[in-house]
Amino acid sequence: MPLVKGGKITTDPLVHVADEADIPGEGAILISAARFLEDAEALSLRAGRTAVIWPNNRDVDDLVPYLGRLAAVALVFPTFRDGRAYSQARLLRERHGFKGELRATGQVLRDQFIFMLRAGFDAFEVKKDSDAEAFAATVKRYSVFYQPTGDGRITALHRRMQLRHSESAGQ
Amino acid sequence: MYAYDELDRTLINERVTEFRDQVKRRLSGELTEDEFKMLRLQNGVYLQLHAYMFRVAIPYGTLSSKQLRALAHVARRYDRGYGHFTTRQNIQFNWIKLAELPDALADLAEVGIHAMQTSGNNTRNVTSDQWAGVAPGEVEDPRIWSELLRQYTTLHPEFSFLPRKFKFAITASDHDRAAIKVHDIGLRLYRNEAGETGFEVLVGGGLGRTPFIGKTIKPFVHGHDLLSYVEAILRVYNQYGRRDNIYKARIKILVHELGIEKFAKEVEEEWLQMRDSALAIDDSVIEDIRSRFSYPAYEKLPHMPEELKKAAHDPHFEAWRKNSVAPHKVTGYSIVTLSLKPVGGPPGDATADQMDAIADLADKYSFGEIRVGHEQNLALPHVARRDLPVLWKALDRIGVATPNVNLVSDIIACPGLDYCSLANARSIPIAQELTRRFANHETANMIGRLHVNISGCINACGHHHVGHIGILGVEKNGEEFYQITIGGRADEKAEVGTLIGPAVPYGEVADVVEDIVEAYLALRARPDELFIDTVKRLGVEPFKERVYATR
Amino acid sequence: MTSPLEQKKIRITGPSMVTANRTWDGVVIYRTARQGWSADLSDAAIVRTSDEARALLAESIADDVGAIGAYIAPVEIKDSGKIKPGNLREHIRSEGVTIDLPVPA
Repeated sequence: MPLVKGGKITTDPLVHVADEADIPGEGAILISAARFLEDAEALSLRAGRTAVIWPNNRDVDDLVPYLGRLAAVALVFPTFRDGRAYSQARLLRERHGFKGELRATGQVLRDQFIFMLRAGFDAFEVKKDSDAEAFAATVKRYSVFYQPTGDGRITALHRRMQLRHSESAGQ
Repeated sequence: MYAYDELDRTLINERVTEFRDQVKRRLSGELTEDEFKMLRLQNGVYLQLHAYMFRVAIPYGTLSSKQLRALAHVARRYDRGYGHFTTRQNIQFNWIKLAELPDALADLAEVGIHAMQTSGNNTRNVTSDQWAGVAPGEVEDPRIWSELLRQYTTLHPEFSFLPRKFKFAITASDHDRAAIKVHDIGLRLYRNEAGETGFEVLVGGGLGRTPFIGKTIKPFVHGHDLLSYVEAILRVYNQYGRRDNIYKARIKILVHELGIEKFAKEVEEEWLQMRDSALAIDDSVIEDIRSRFSYPAYEKLPHMPEELKKAAHDPHFEAWRKNSVAPHKVTGYSIVTLSLKPVGGPPGDATADQMDAIADLADKYSFGEIRVGHEQNLALPHVARRDLPVLWKALDRIGVATPNVNLVSDIIACPGLDYCSLANARSIPIAQELTRRFANHETANMIGRLHVNISGCINACGHHHVGHIGILGVEKNGEEFYQITIGGRADEKAEVGTLIGPAVPYGEVADVVEDIVEAYLALRARPDELFIDTVKRLGVEPFKERVYATR
Repeated sequence: MTSPLEQKKIRITGPSMVTANRTWDGVVIYRTARQGWSADLSDAAIVRTSDEARALLAESIADDVGAIGAYIAPVEIKDSGKIKPGNLREHIRSEGVTIDLPVPA
C-alpha cells in the first residue's frame, strides 16, 4: 500500500509494530493507541521516535499530552464513508497545534484527498496504486474553497472582500 | 436573486469536471459501485425502480427565468420532458442516464445550477420560506443567511461524511412556511431587544421512522456567531452520531438519547473554544452577500388598479385571485402561487413546455424570478396587481391556475412506488383520485384550508407526519395498505399527527378521506373553524368513529 | 413491497429471477441463463431453490461494471410458460409507472 507524502509516493519511514510483537530499541515505529497508552511516557520518549494509530471512536484528548513528542499520529477511516477522522484531524491541527505528520489510514481513496488535506492530513496510506499515482493531479481539482480550515487557504468570501477593497482602493 | 460570481461559477465547474472523471472511472470499472455510490449521491444521483433519478438543487427555492429554462432543457434533452418539484425546494428528473449526467450538469453549470449535496450523508439544500424577501412583516430576507450557510456547508471537508443526511431550514416570519421545527437544524431569524439580528436555533427535528419536533438548543445566537455555532453542532454530531444503525443515525436520535440539556452543553463546550475563530462573521461579509441579492425596482403602484376593478366581475378570475394571490410587502404588488396540483394530475410535476412558459411569464410579470415551495407549488414573487388579470389568463392556459392552493386537493405527495425503490406503496394515484373527489372548487372552499400529505413509505418524503391528514403507504401480504393520521402540522405550532385506526386498503383511501372531511363538516363549531382546529378541539375519537363505523 | 435491497437471508418461496439496473443508463435488466443481462423479462433465468437463487445472485453481483443493485425477485409463470412479474414492484419495473406520464412517451 503506497504511502504518499509531500505529494508523491515515498517509502514509509515508520515500521508498523503489531500489538503482540516486541518494540524495537531503535527506529521509528507505528503502534496502536492501546499499546501506547500502556506505557505512554516511556514510549513517547523513545529516541527512535514513536507514532500512534488513534481509533476514530475515541476522543483525541487522551493523546494530547504527548503530541509534542510523537513522530506522527495516524487516524483511521474504517470505510471512506466514516468521516469521524476529519474532525479528529482538525482538532489535532487547529486546536492542539499538532505539527508532526498526520497520516490517513484505512480506506483512503482518491476522491477524498482534498478533504483530507484541508482537514490537516499530510500523509496518506493510499489503498490503490492508481490513486497514489494520481495524487498530485487530483489535489489540483479545486481552486475555490468556501469555508476556512487550518490549511491557510483563503476562502471565497475573503477573496471577494479583498477584490472589493482593491477595487475601491484603486479608485 | 443571488448573483453567482466568478468564484461560485468556478467551483461549480470544478465539481462538474470531477464528477465527469468519477463517472468515467465507474463505467471503466476502476471504481466499484461500493466506492462510487456515495460519490454519485453527493451529486444527487439515485438509483430508482426503473432508472436513475437526478435531484438538482434550487438553493432556498429561488430561480431566475434563465435557470428555469435550463431545467426545461434538461427535461427535454436528457429526460422525458418533465420534472418534479420536491418537498425540499429541489427538482427531480426520473429517467436520466448516468453516462449523460456530466453533460446535463455542464449544461446546468452555465446558469449557475448544480446538484451538489442534494443527497448523501452531508448537509443538504438550505431551504427557506418561498415568500422570502417579499412577505409582509418579515424581519429581513432569510435567504441572505441561507446563502451564507449554503457556501459554508458546500464541500465542507470535515462534514462531507456525516453519520447521515443533515437538513437546515430558515424562517424570518411569524408564520413558518419553511417547517423549521422538523429539520435537523431549524433557524428562526429575529431581532432581540437590543435590536441585534440573530437566531433561535432548534435541533433534532425530523420525520421518517421516528418523527421528532425540534427542540430549542439556544434561544439567541447572534448573527456573527451563526457559522461557528453551526460548526460546533456539526462537529458534535459528526463525532458522536450513531453509525451502527442507519435508522438511528440522524441527529434527532443523538439529541433524544443524550437529552437536549446534555447535548446543548456538549455543543456549548465545543463552541466556546472556537467562537472567535475565522468563522466569526463580519458585518462586511453579510453586506457583501446582501449586495449580491438583487431586488426589483418596484414602481409606485395603486393597491386597486383599474385592471383589477374591471376583472372583478369574472367569477373564475375572482375565485383564483382569492385563492392564489397573497399580499406583498410593497403596495400595488402581490405574490402569486402557481398550483402544480391540477385535477387528476401527479402533484408537483411540470412539463418542459410549462417551465418555459412560466419562465416567459416571470420575465414579463415577476422581474424574471420564480420561487419553489416545499408544498410542491411554484410562485411568482413580484407581480404588479394591475397585471393579475392578464397573468391569470396566461397561467390558466398552461394549466397552473387551479384555484386550490392550501385546500384539500393541494396535496403534497412523494413519488411513491411508481418511481421509488424505497416505497411500499403508490402515492401518486391516491393523490390523483383525491383531486378528482374534491374537484369542485366551491366544495373545496367550503372545507377550507386542509393539508393532505402522502408518503409511500416510512421515510416520509411526503411529510405525512405533519399533514392535517397524513397518509402513509405500508405493505400487508403483498398488498398496498395505508395508515391514516390526522392533526399534524408543519408550521410554528408543529405537531406530529395521530393514527386514527388500522390501515386501509388502496381502494378505500379516498373514501376514508371523504369520511374524515364529512366528519369535520358535521363537527366544526363554525364555518371558519379550520379542520386542524376542530381536530385539536375534539381529538381523533369522533373521526375514528366515523371512519371505522362500517369498516 | 418492502425493499428487496434489504435482503439478507436468501429464501425463495416460488419461482424467482434476478434483476438489476444497467449501470450506464439505469435501464431495468434481468439475469439470463447465459451469464448475461437482458432488458426483456422473457429472457430471465428462472430459479426454483434458494441455492440456485444464491448462485445466480452471486454471479450477477460479480458483474459490478455492467449492473447495479442486483436482487432476487419473484415471478409468476403462466400455464403458457410466459414469465410475468411476481409482485406490483416488479410489474412497475417491467411495465413502467401505473400513471400517465405528464408528457406522453
